[in-house]
Amino acid sequence: MKATLAVLVENHPGVLARVAGLFARRGFNIESLAVGPTDNPEISRMTIVVDGDERIIEQIKKQLNKLIDVIKVSFIEPENSVSRELVMIKVNTEPEKRSEIIGIAEIFRANIIDVSRDSMIIELTGDKDKVNAMEEILRPFGIKELVRTGIIAMNRGSKCIECPEQ
Amino acid sequence: MRITGAEALVKCLEEEKVEVIFGYPGGAVLEVYDALFHNKNIRHVLTRSEQAAAHAASGYARVSGKVGVCIATSGPGATNLVTGIATAYMDSIPIVAITGQVPLSQIGGDMFQEVDITGATAPFTKHNYLVKNASDIPRIVKEAFHIASTGRPGPVLIDLPKDVARDKIDFVYPREVFLKGYKPTLQGHPLQIIKAAEAINSAKRPVILAGGGVISSKAYEELRILAETADIPVTVSLMGISSFPGEHPLFLGMAGTHGMPWANEALKKADLIIALGCRFNDRLTGGAGGFDENAKIIHVDVDPAEIGKNVKVDIPIVGDIKNVLCELLKRIEKRSRKDWKEYLEGLKGKELVEGCSDISPLDIIGELYEQTKGDLIITTDVGAHQMWTARYYKFKYPGSFITSGGLGTMGYGLPAAIGAKIANPKKQVIHITGDGSFQMNFAELATLRENELSVKIMLFNNGGLGLVKELQDIHCGGRYSQVHFGFLPDFVKLSESYGIKALKVERKNELKKAISAMLKEEGSFLLECILTMEVRVKSMLRKEEAYESYSGSIG
Repeated sequence: MKATLAVLVENHPGVLARVAGLFARRGFNIESLAVGPTDNPEISRMTIVVDGDERIIEQIKKQLNKLIDVIKVSFIEPENSVSRELVMIKVNTEPEKRSEIIGIAEIFRANIIDVSRDSMIIELTGDKDKVNAMEEILRPFGIKELVRTGIIAMNRGSKCIECPEQ
Repeated sequence: MRITGAEALVKCLEEEKVEVIFGYPGGAVLEVYDALFHNKNIRHVLTRSEQAAAHAASGYARVSGKVGVCIATSGPGATNLVTGIATAYMDSIPIVAITGQVPLSQIGGDMFQEVDITGATAPFTKHNYLVKNASDIPRIVKEAFHIASTGRPGPVLIDLPKDVARDKIDFVYPREVFLKGYKPTLQGHPLQIIKAAEAINSAKRPVILAGGGVISSKAYEELRILAETADIPVTVSLMGISSFPGEHPLFLGMAGTHGMPWANEALKKADLIIALGCRFNDRLTGGAGGFDENAKIIHVDVDPAEIGKNVKVDIPIVGDIKNVLCELLKRIEKRSRKDWKEYLEGLKGKELVEGCSDISPLDIIGELYEQTKGDLIITTDVGAHQMWTARYYKFKYPGSFITSGGLGTMGYGLPAAIGAKIANPKKQVIHITGDGSFQMNFAELATLRENELSVKIMLFNNGGLGLVKELQDIHCGGRYSQVHFGFLPDFVKLSESYGIKALKVERKNELKKAISAMLKEEGSFLLECILTMEVRVKSMLRKEEAYESYSGSIG
């Protein structure tokens, strides 16, 4: 079972190491982790996708909450949320294949952000399935390099994950 | 007036009403030691290793109920603290450890005596700090003491770089702490408490399992009233020993792999387990070998992460045990559970010890009890002597049993006894140890002597590592690998060389007189009791159970 956690943390150096260390030493599996500051520069938000049974995922939430630098841990339910990931794919582009690749990028509403004689970098934003689909379709052309940011996610509607008031 | 970071640190300790700190100086903490030099209010106890300083702070914290403080220099000083910090973490003991660090500007350069101690201790501190601005010192110290002593207590480390200790600041001590991510839940949920009360009132075979949390939340009075009102037998984990009077008719003794068979049977056959401030650690559940599948479990703990971590819980209550029990008691009905108690009483057997030459460990502990009646503090090391003490001494006062339960740290007991004695100088402090453990930290005899502290040391000498040997019996087909010491010092002479009186007993008929002499001695005293390596802990469990539980916990 996979679960997505939104984790508000103090924006201090070393907090990421504490969180990553916690996962390592308790034997929890991180599928992906994305982090950046929020609108409040003192607070960062991590989106962590974890894998485990119900008991393990509950433990992950509780253990994260025990870290002093962790302010709030919330589950993000897939059915009531939107999630996005950004990927950059450097793909082989022999001249005769170039237009075909551009066509694929258009279908996916991806951007071509760099072109050279024999390669292109395609930038795509989407949920996990979309990113995976694009990757599969480009694979036959020869993927030279691929980098993903990890998923970020947000609840739909007016429900917000906010820092509790002091 | 502007003062240095180091001076500010010492002022903060005064603000926190710290009376004593245990430590060892070095290059990176020169500034702090210089600030302490002028201080009249804080006593510094110089231990003989940093590890001992951390254990002494832990022993002090457990007896005084305050936060224990230890201090060490950077690098090896800091890494020597590590065992003590981890020991305190596993047993939820509030200590603040202060380490020196190389100058901030040089961190990361692999400087002389540089080690990343905040990185190293992150897994086993409740929180830690690397101080980057001297102006943060007051806030950080305030937070550190708050975090260490509230909620589930634990160690906090402050790493202070040398240049930060020199920087000057305007000192203002904050009145409050603001920690967005730290708000322990202290009051139990009212609906959960009602559910728990209903379960207790309707249970046929309930048993209370008390852990260290009962001692740290000072809930012994509430525990006793609960047990007596609802007529529920009480068993304890190793850390829960002394939370319930050892002489009480409802007391079953310690449960777990080294516990009493009837205590384990009570957990096995119970239809309701009321777990208070314990972790369902493998050492505990291994002894019961699985609970009744229809048994309900109520688990009260201040740390939500402990609930549901190792066993499935039916009625979880997050909160301070004392608070929760106070609320719970309002709804508990008077009961008499004669059949259940009689059943458990029927399981209690005479304790037998096999393999003794003349003196049995039971004789020693029994005689100590006869002469002290629970009016003492006992610290132990780790090994067979620890289990014998845990099983057979009838502890009377809460917090009078001080041991390394979670981490199982050999060498804990002597420095812990030093801390305990300083926290409560009027109390008789007895350190029970083995020849293996004692050799790990016996240098602290010098600290005892230097501070003119009176700690009575009872050394169970069987010439080796008895508990490991027992494991090798069970798991290695009796191939005894490195468990016999080929050389042992003369412990009596060793003690005397520190100016501490000592006596050796080899005969049972000498015990009474020897223990009496030890207790009457004003200063410290070492009593060496000669046992054979053949004396077993296991033999006190029924054999088949012993095997089952050992393989449950270790195999």
